[in-house]
Amino acid sequence: MTMGAGEKFLQMLAVMAIFVAVLAVVLVLTSRVRSTVGRFLQTTAFLLPAGLLLLLGLLYPAVRTVVESFRDRASREWVGLANYERIFTDDALLVVLRNTAVWVILTPILATGIGLIYAVLIDRSRFERFAKALIFLPMAISLVGASLIWKFVYAYRGTEQAQIGLANQILKGLGFDTYRFISDPPWNTVFLIVILIWVQAGFAMTVLSAAIKAIPDDIVEAARLDGVGGWRMFRHITVPSIQPSLIVVLTTITIATLKVFDIVRTTTGGNFETSVLAYEFYNQGFRAFDNGLGAALAVVLFALVVPVVVYNVRQMRKVEAR
Amino acid sequence: MRSTTSRRVAATAAALVMGAGLAACGGDDGGTTNTAGGTSPGEGNAECEGLTEFGDLTGTSVSVYTSIVAPEDQPHIDSYELFSECTGAEVRYEGSKEFEAQLVVRARSGNPPDIAYIPQPGLLRSLVEDTGAVVAAPDTVAANVDEFFGEDWKSYGTVDGTFYAAPLGANVKSFVWYSPSMFADNGWEIPETWDDMVALSEEIAAAGDMKPWCAGIASGDATGWVITDWLEDAMLRDAGAETYDQWVAHEIPFNDDAVAGSLDRVGEILLNDDFVNGGLGDVRSIVDTTFQDGGLPILAGECAMHRQASFYAANWPEGTDVSEDGDVFAFYLPPTNDQNGTPVLGGGEFAAAFSDRPEVQAFQTYLASDLWANEKAKATPGGGWVSANTGLDVANLVSPIDQLSAEILQDPEAVFRFDASDLMPAAIGAGSFWREMTAWVGGRSTQEALTNVENSWN
Repeated sequence: MTMGAGEKFLQMLAVMAIFVAVLAVVLVLTSRVRSTVGRFLQTTAFLLPAGLLLLLGLLYPAVRTVVESFRDRASREWVGLANYERIFTDDALLVVLRNTAVWVILTPILATGIGLIYAVLIDRSRFERFAKALIFLPMAISLVGASLIWKFVYAYRGTEQAQIGLANQILKGLGFDTYRFISDPPWNTVFLIVILIWVQAGFAMTVLSAAIKAIPDDIVEAARLDGVGGWRMFRHITVPSIQPSLIVVLTTITIATLKVFDIVRTTTGGNFETSVLAYEFYNQGFRAFDNGLGAALAVVLFALVVPVVVYNVRQMRKVEAR
Repeated sequence: MRSTTSRRVAATAAALVMGAGLAACGGDDGGTTNTAGGTSPGEGNAECEGLTEFGDLTGTSVSVYTSIVAPEDQPHIDSYELFSECTGAEVRYEGSKEFEAQLVVRARSGNPPDIAYIPQPGLLRSLVEDTGAVVAAPDTVAANVDEFFGEDWKSYGTVDGTFYAAPLGANVKSFVWYSPSMFADNGWEIPETWDDMVALSEEIAAAGDMKPWCAGIASGDATGWVITDWLEDAMLRDAGAETYDQWVAHEIPFNDDAVAGSLDRVGEILLNDDFVNGGLGDVRSIVDTTFQDGGLPILAGECAMHRQASFYAANWPEGTDVSEDGDVFAFYLPPTNDQNGTPVLGGGEFAAAFSDRPEVQAFQTYLASDLWANEKAKATPGGGWVSANTGLDVANLVSPIDQLSAEILQDPEAVFRFDASDLMPAAIGAGSFWREMTAWVGGRSTQEALTNVENSWN
C-alpha cells in the first residue's frame, strides 16, 4: 500500500517519541539503583541505542555485502570466488585496480607535500592569512563542483577552433597543439588527480601549519644557535616534530582518495580508462545491475581501507596524547 | 436505481476478483482486471469510455516514477487530469535523474512505485527476472495495446511470453538534421540512398566551405550511445531486421561479419577527417563534444549534416525555426540497398506496474489508450513528444518534426526496430557497447572493439 509523506512523517515522530519515553523510563529506574549492577544497567541503557543503530546501519549491510559478493548478479545462487576472480583477471577491471593504485600513491603524497611546503613557506610571513585563505578556499567547494570547474578548464577543441577551456587556451597561446586532458589515457587519470590535490592541499596545509606553530620555540632557537637553517632546519627539526600530524594528514587523504567517486563520475563517467574502485562498484551494482560483482568490488575497497583507517586512528591517538 | 447499479457493479467486481484468483492458479499469461466496485465518477461521460468499469476510485492514488524531469514532466502531469476526472483517483508523479539505479533498488527492497516509465526493454527484463516485482498487465491494457499498437511494440513490453508493459511515448532515431536554407542555397538535394548521401558528403567536402558532418558523443557516464545508434541504423539497412533481431538476442555473435561491415560503413563517414567534425575539430573531437553540442555547428554554417534522433529538436537554441523551410529540419536516414524496406530505428518508454490494485490497473489502461495519447499531445504545446499509438491524431501534434516522426511511426510500410542497446542486458547495452564504441572513435579497430563487446557478453 502506498503511504503519504505526511503519514510516514507521523510514524517517524511516533517512533522517536516511544524511543525517548523508553530511554527516560530506563534512566529513572536505573538512577535509583546505586550499586555496581545499577551502574552496569545505566551504561547499557546509554550504549544500547547507539549499539543497535550501528548493528542495523553498519554491521548488517557490511555482512550482507560480503555475503552477496559470493553470489551471482541477482544474488540468487552461490558462485564462490567467481566475482573476485573476475576482478583480478578481467582486463577492464585490472585497469580499475591500476588506476586506484595510481590515485592512492600520487594524491596523498602530492597533496601533503604541496600543503607542507606551502605551510613552511608562508609561516610567519606578512601575507600568511591571505595566502592560507587562498589555498584553503577549494576545500569549501564540493567535489562535484570542483570537477565541473576543472572540466571547463580542461575542455578540448581542435587547435584551429576557438577554445573554451582555459588550459588549452594557454597551450594554444604558447604555440602548442591543444591536448585532450580528459579523454587521452593514461595521462587523463593524472589530470583527474590534480583536481583532488587542488581540493585536499588546503586541508594538509591547515593541519600542518598548526602543527608547525606548535613546535616549541626553544627547540627552534636551540637549532638556530647551532647554526641550523633553511633546508636542514626543515629536514631535521620541522618534519620530525610534526611527524604524527603528517601521518594523520597522509592517511586521511588516502582514505578520501580510496573513496573518490564524485570526480570520476562527473568528469568522465568512468570512460577513457579512468574508472576507480569506488566508482566501478557503483557502476557494476547500480548501472549494470550485477549485484555480486558490485559487492565484491566494495569488499575489495573495504579491505584496502581498513588497514589505513586502523593506522590513522592509532596515529590520531598519539597526536592527542601529546 | 442508483443502488441497483452499484449492486450490479459490486457483483461484477466479486466475479472478477474470483476470476483473478482462478487465473492466478491457472498461470494464465495475461493478468486479470480488478475493480473497486461502486459507481465511477466518470459514468455517463463519453470521454471516460473504458475507465468507468473500474468503479469508484475516489480517494485512491497511483504513484508514478519516471526519468522524465522538469520541464518535460509538466505535460505528463497535465495529461492525467482526464483520468482523475473519470475515476476519482489521484496520480502522484515523481521524476528522477537517478531513475534506472533507484528503480532497481526500490524494487529489490520491496518499496517500488505503482507504475514506472521504463525507457529500456532490457531493464524491464532484468526487473522481471531478477526482482520478480513486476505485475503482468491486465486484459484491459492488452486489449488497448492490441488495438492501437503494432505487434513489434507489444513484444518490447513482453518478457518470456507474458505481457507486462504498454508503450507510452516514442522517438525516431533514423534522422539526419540539416539546414533547409543551406541546402537550397547550395543547390544540394536531400539524398535518397546512402550512396547519394556519401556522394553529397564528398561534394561538400570538395567545395571546402565546411565539413559535411558533425557529431558529438560525450554524455557523462552514458558516453558512446550516439555511435551505437549509428551502428544499429546501418545494421538495419545492410543486414535487415531479421539479422538485427538475432544480433540483439545474441543468437549471432556480437562481432559477426554483418555487424563489422556496418560499423565500417559508419566509419567511412565518422572516421573520415575530410567528413568530420564540422566546426569542432578532427575525428577524435567527436569524443570530446557533448551530444547536445554535436549538431549546433549547422546553425553557424560550419557543418551540413548531423545524424540524431527526433528529440534533438529540443537542443536547438530558442528561436530556431525547426521546420521544412526553416533554419533546421531532419530527413530520413536513407537506406543502403532496396532489399530491406524502410527501416526505422527508434526508442520509447513503457509503463510497468508493480501493483494490481484497481486504480493502478485503471491508470495502466488509460495510458495504453488513444485517449491518453491525444491528451498528452494536447498537453504538450511546445512539441517534442510523439507516440507509436495509431489512435494518435497527427493533427494534435504541434511541431513539424513530431508530425514527421508520427507519420514515420504509423507508416505500415516502415520496418520499426527498437534501439538495440536498450534491448540488450544493461552490462552490454549500457556498458561495454557504449565503452567500446567510444574507444572505436578514439582509434580502436572495428574488429577489436566488437570482439571486446562479444567477450563481455557471457
